[in-house]
Amino acid sequence: MINVDRLTKTFGLERAVDDISFEVERGEVLGFLGPNGAGKSTTMRVLTCYLPPSAGSVSINGLDVTTDSLAIRRLIGYLPESTPLYPDMTVRDYLRFVAAIREMSPGDERTRIAYVVDVCGLTGVLSKRIETLSKGYRQRVGLAQAMLHDPEILILDEPTSGLDPNQIVEIRDLVKSLGEEKTVILSTHILPEVEASCDRVLIINRGKIVADGSPESLQARFQGDQRLLFGVEGDGAGVEDVLRSFAGLSVLDHSVDGESSMFTLGLTGTNDVRPDLYRLAVENGWVLTELHREEARLEDVFRQLTSEKAYSRAKA
Amino acid sequence: MKGLFVVARREIRSYFDSPVGYVVLTLFLLLSGWFFSNSLFLQGVASVRTLFDMTVVLFMFFVPAITMGTFAEERRAGTIELLLTLPVRDWQVIAGKLLAAFGLLMTAIVLTLVYVATVANLGDIDGGATFGGYLGMALLGLACASIGIFASSLTRNQIVAFIIAFVIIFVLFMLDKVTIFVPGSLAGVLQFLSLDFHYQNLLRGVVDTRDLIYFASVVLLSSLLTAYHLSKRPE
Repeated sequence: MINVDRLTKTFGLERAVDDISFEVERGEVLGFLGPNGAGKSTTMRVLTCYLPPSAGSVSINGLDVTTDSLAIRRLIGYLPESTPLYPDMTVRDYLRFVAAIREMSPGDERTRIAYVVDVCGLTGVLSKRIETLSKGYRQRVGLAQAMLHDPEILILDEPTSGLDPNQIVEIRDLVKSLGEEKTVILSTHILPEVEASCDRVLIINRGKIVADGSPESLQARFQGDQRLLFGVEGDGAGVEDVLRSFAGLSVLDHSVDGESSMFTLGLTGTNDVRPDLYRLAVENGWVLTELHREEARLEDVFRQLTSEKAYSRAKA
Repeated sequence: MKGLFVVARREIRSYFDSPVGYVVLTLFLLLSGWFFSNSLFLQGVASVRTLFDMTVVLFMFFVPAITMGTFAEERRAGTIELLLTLPVRDWQVIAGKLLAAFGLLMTAIVLTLVYVATVANLGDIDGGATFGGYLGMALLGLACASIGIFASSLTRNQIVAFIIAFVIIFVLFMLDKVTIFVPGSLAGVLQFLSLDFHYQNLLRGVVDTRDLIYFASVVLLSSLLTAYHLSKRPE
């Protein structure tokens, strides 16, 4: 559905987006993840036909962004970063303005406005001027505006920035339900967000794609060594030796805290050894207080891929 | 085409949802009324000629004030990004904004017809000259508005946009007044480039194609420059 082929966008000497290629299937929810200034917004601006590409091509439904820009803009609903809206208009007038520019029929306009107002929870603020609304409401107006013409593709640039935790959950749920039939591309630098709502993640750093895959597969790929927390009652005397003899296991840390002692264990590979450790405890008559496996989180993946060190390593 | 009118309607509404429209209309009528009644009561001349003469000076200040926000404010607030990713062409946006500014100016101009009615009651009115005057005011307003919109597209700051527009209009106004300082061959060129020269031609009640072409060129050139600048998508 969306095909980005060797897209490059330069501003003067700066390469904001550097030779990236990816495809998005219909019905996919794709998350752009990356630190600030990584090129997420620029990529979205090219997709929405706001900025022309410097090199490479972008096609959506077989239409090219440079030659069929109007047709593509009809397909897309777009929420730009920081949700720019006309402050002196009321919410109702603003939605009507967007409907008019999108050449919706009066009947469509009425039903769609009623729908987005309902879904985005705007009923109470319809007659208010946008400048008087809180950030959360503005964000919802921006989202309503993007969804108004029932677009096949939604492009949302940081849809949850500036929202409180409840609102973030609301927007995530909304994105999820939209993603059931629509193609959604959203950008964020908040990691739980992609884990919560995306089928697929593109991690972008300095204009390049550094990882591409489902949140789970990325976690698995970067899992590497596991860490386990293992706690027993008592001072743990003799426990360490038994643990060391266990195949593949290494004791990274041992601390005693009052009545119990805590071991941090390292293990290579991804096999789950928790049942074995439990049996080991039973055989030796230890009283278990803690047995926990630390998952490699997307956050770790993100840090690994986008840190300065990762960048210089990739360059070398 | 529809996009043009949707944009224009929104702009007009924003003029009247904010004080801009009312302030412009009130001040314009106040000042032009003062010039008109001055000549009527103090000089005893039943003519709208002073109104026409003063319009250039009034437009020099009023038009940049009307247009300074058109693109500068959209750029500052970032709304330009949403507007230009909606299915409208850049030229429709520019033309829509021009149409809205022109509409506000025409409202002000039409309201001055009261003076014409007054003069017509008191004595004979020169129909040709009055028609030429109103056509001139409309064309001058359109030209100045297109210059103002171009100036507004150059910056994110409304004050800067105002000053740029004012300077361009002022220079175009002054061109035919400095002809005595330049050699004859250049004088003709300067004169032809002057806004006021063509406006004064129309005030005589003679509608010459050259004057119409001049105003059309100013509007077209400014709009093309605006479109060119916007196409580079300045931040």
